[in-house]
Amino acid sequence: MKVSELCELIQAENLTPSLEEDREITCGYACDLLSWVMAHGDEGMAWVTVQTHMNVVAVAVLSEMACIVLPEGIRMEAESLQKANDEGMAVLTSPLTAYEICGRMMAHGVAAHS
Amino acid sequence: MAMMELMKAVYPVEAADYTSAGSASADIKRRLKKLGITGDVLRRVAVASYEVELNLVIHSLGGELDLVVYPEYVQLVSSDRGPGIPDLSLAMREGWSTANDEARSLGFGAGMGLPNMKRNADEFDIQSTVGVGTNITMRFRLA
Repeated sequence: MKVSELCELIQAENLTPSLEEDREITCGYACDLLSWVMAHGDEGMAWVTVQTHMNVVAVAVLSEMACIVLPEGIRMEAESLQKANDEGMAVLTSPLTAYEICGRMMAHGVAAHS
Repeated sequence: MAMMELMKAVYPVEAADYTSAGSASADIKRRLKKLGITGDVLRRVAVASYEVELNLVIHSLGGELDLVVYPEYVQLVSSDRGPGIPDLSLAMREGWSTANDEARSLGFGAGMGLPNMKRNADEFDIQSTVGVGTNITMRFRLA
């Protein structure tokens, strides 16, 4: 599934519209503890988190994830978004809960691990 | 004979500087990539360097990261100016954390930092003296 397809699936708004949306998502994850995510994060991952500060972008970039997904209409601070844009990391925000986002991703074949 | 150093870099890391936290690890990853280091090793160094950098920000009074790349391995040394770890075996336990509320509100303090470093490095050594500081040496084999 591509980032653009995920956007549609979870009714998300892309907060980094200048980035290309054809990056392939190979797996999904939901967690708000950054160290935990560092241990379990994977390349190509769509990561659902309520955290929006700079370090979220750092973790996603270091793990070579496909995108960060913010649930329940959460927005990301301008500073973090700027960093995401600079690093080429897509950030989406969806009105759905983390539970429903993950449910839809699973139902559409996004695995738990790549 | 001293082993040839392919690359060397020093990164000072300030205590409680959450805004630039992660910039040293990002630079380390970029430099290693330029040297042609990829895949699993690059990923493991990236995870471990981020964890050790964040540990300096969250727990130390300030310190530095020293990166040296040799033909056979990547070496990352973290040294700080204290406060030191009173019980190393407790600190190495997954889930154990002494992170403060500020760190926890940012999603740190899972108690996974040191275990993540140990898991990702091929060699891991930690020495700590209360009132003096903590030194961590990690090596990642290239061949």
